[in-house]
Amino acid sequence: MNNFETIQKKALYEWQSLQENPEPVIYIGMGSCGIASGADKVWKQVQETISKEKINAKVLKVGCIGPCYLEPLLDIQKPGFPRFSFNNVDEQKTIRLLTEFLNGEESKLKPLGHLDPQQKEIDGIRSFWDQPMLKNQERIVLRNCGIIDPENINHYIARDGFKGLLKALNLGPEGIIDEIKKSGLRGRGGAGFPTGLKWQFCREAKGKPKYLICNADEGDPGAFMNRSLMEGDPFALLEGMVIAAHAIGANTGYIYIRAEYPLAIERLKIAITQMIDLGFLGKNILDTGFSFEIRLKEGAGAFVCGEETALIASIEGQRGMPRSRPPFPATSGLYGNPTNINNVETLATIPKILREGGNWYAGFGTKTSKGTKTFALVGKIRRAGLIEVPMGTTLRKIIFDTGGGPIKPFKAVQTGGPSGGCLSEKFLDLPVDFESLTQAGSIMGSGGLIVMDEHTCMVDVAKYFLKFTSQESCGKCVPCRIGTTRILEILEKITQGKGEIKDLEILENLGDTVKNSSLCGLGQTAPNPVLTTIKYFKDEYLEHIENKRCPAAVCRDLVEYRVIKKKCTGCQRCVNVCPTGAITGPRSEPHNLDLSKCIKCRACYEICRFDAIAGDAIVIE
Amino acid sequence: MDVKIANTTQSTLNKFPQKDKSNLIQILQAVQEKDDFLSPEAIGSISKHLRVSRSYIFGVATFYSQFKFNPPGRHSIRICLGTACHVQGGDFLLNVLTSELDITTGETTEDGKFDLDRVACLGCCALAPVVKIDNTIHSRMSVVKLKEILDGYE
Repeated sequence: MNNFETIQKKALYEWQSLQENPEPVIYIGMGSCGIASGADKVWKQVQETISKEKINAKVLKVGCIGPCYLEPLLDIQKPGFPRFSFNNVDEQKTIRLLTEFLNGEESKLKPLGHLDPQQKEIDGIRSFWDQPMLKNQERIVLRNCGIIDPENINHYIARDGFKGLLKALNLGPEGIIDEIKKSGLRGRGGAGFPTGLKWQFCREAKGKPKYLICNADEGDPGAFMNRSLMEGDPFALLEGMVIAAHAIGANTGYIYIRAEYPLAIERLKIAITQMIDLGFLGKNILDTGFSFEIRLKEGAGAFVCGEETALIASIEGQRGMPRSRPPFPATSGLYGNPTNINNVETLATIPKILREGGNWYAGFGTKTSKGTKTFALVGKIRRAGLIEVPMGTTLRKIIFDTGGGPIKPFKAVQTGGPSGGCLSEKFLDLPVDFESLTQAGSIMGSGGLIVMDEHTCMVDVAKYFLKFTSQESCGKCVPCRIGTTRILEILEKITQGKGEIKDLEILENLGDTVKNSSLCGLGQTAPNPVLTTIKYFKDEYLEHIENKRCPAAVCRDLVEYRVIKKKCTGCQRCVNVCPTGAITGPRSEPHNLDLSKCIKCRACYEICRFDAIAGDAIVIE
Repeated sequence: MDVKIANTTQSTLNKFPQKDKSNLIQILQAVQEKDDFLSPEAIGSISKHLRVSRSYIFGVATFYSQFKFNPPGRHSIRICLGTACHVQGGDFLLNVLTSELDITTGETTEDGKFDLDRVACLGCCALAPVVKIDNTIHSRMSVVKLKEILDGYE
């Protein structure tokens, strides 16, 4: 193991030198989401400005730290100082930061916070971790995201990387499985099966070779935990995979990853090469005689491939259709051999558990759900982003303390993606763990939390999810194929104002049938969005059916656009933007809206609210 | 058979020398990467190479939303209809696109300028609603903003 110590020394030296760099260091958050909000423009501007102004500075790309609402984020580390974070940076702000702030000039640009974990306040600047979105978090899986350069293995090693692997190799397979069992870790992909037990089944299964698969086919619309993690800290996942492979006795592993995540794929490829170079992956890992190789398989876009038997079929090059279980993949999986499938987050948690011990990890969370969980907190919420909190944190704490709540009054939170349900206000004090969510009719899922306010129509949301599941249903079993289609048709009827009161009963019956008789998890959970919205938001359904009215003004067939004459200043913005010429009127006089020409495209409504003089003269009712 | 397509398909197939059926999806991805879509000719070549029927290949290819069977436009529009984008008004954006471009999802405009498709989630939920045109993700879109952006493409 002397080899490891040498590697570690070199890595620590590199990391330390970076902290004490004699020139400034600039870190830019370049996850997919950062890039989408303009981090690539900031990157270009930084390069341009430092060459123009002849600034000697090191520029690094880092992953996403989580608070998407602050993106693009740019950190500057001046010699002798820790990293200072600046939020919502654009090109202009970049230039000013690199000239004013870097030169120590008196500047109005104050950093949002500093990233020194040891200190509270530096020069009147508070810690970044004291931000309302970050202070209630417990970052175990996400600890490196946004901190390290995800394309530099030495950064990972310097921050305790591969210590878990080293310990695991000493413990041996049984020892690893014991430690994971002690930690109480349950699968983070949604179902919550105990990870240690799963590994044991696969280890004890007869047949060779054995396979390890990482399910990175994050198909839930509205969830991006795994993407962020793989982009920000790919090494944690890969280290976890090596440990898991050693525990179950596999020499080949696959990462089944969505093709929609090109950046994550690229970073994983780089990380794999670097790990092979240093002997953490490939043949004879750290001279222990254990060999393990990892192959990337790009998914081609099918939600059902998140189901493990469908995923296996897809890796084998077939249509990704599930089959009935048993036999479970642990005994007969990929090419008929024992196969263990874990989610990205589960595997990325493993190194830290091995390093700190199972008992340490079991100290977080609730009695039955241990540890922490990452959530993609999105929708109608002030502070959207990626968070990690201990299991058992209440929804209220997550949505209001961490996320800042919605701007308009809160209506519902959707958990678990298309398989989950919508929970109303009365569940806000529910502790988030596997059991509580299931009892409430929803599921934990992989961790999407979508917040909805009074402008969200719950019937429309149910329709949206059923449209998704009916399209993604693989068609193999009848209850799912026909059932989801029929449910969708009824929901469409209701949102068009053609619903009847008996439809609610039909929906509930049909929902139960599909749940109880479908072959795989997709069908067994597909009715959840409908069943929970009927249960908790029945009055909205009744309003659609009895009064042909959509209270949230979302369902197109049930709303009309109107110009409020008293408020309209006649600024003509809406006249110019209307594609069908439905709005007419001379300048400075209240406009007319011809309903027979209106296609309800919403352009006039938007322009009135954000660009026009009147502000709110166009309403949707 | 189109000679150009046949040649690129063959050069792609040469990278997968084993006639291993489990490489089918990777082969389809590689061919589409090169040709931008799966032509009947390309599927014929793959069928000969792997010694599996065309219908089997079509069965696999049509199962996955990634594969396209029409030549794409000069610019590809991918509208995200993930949950976060939906609750923030993604549906309105799709309506604008279909009415402005006069095509539905999976189609290409007559002048070959745009092709349109929906994706389940681009993973940028905090910036919802988003529309991806070629490789650029346009975030926090609105009906009006989208129309302006479309005008900017040649």
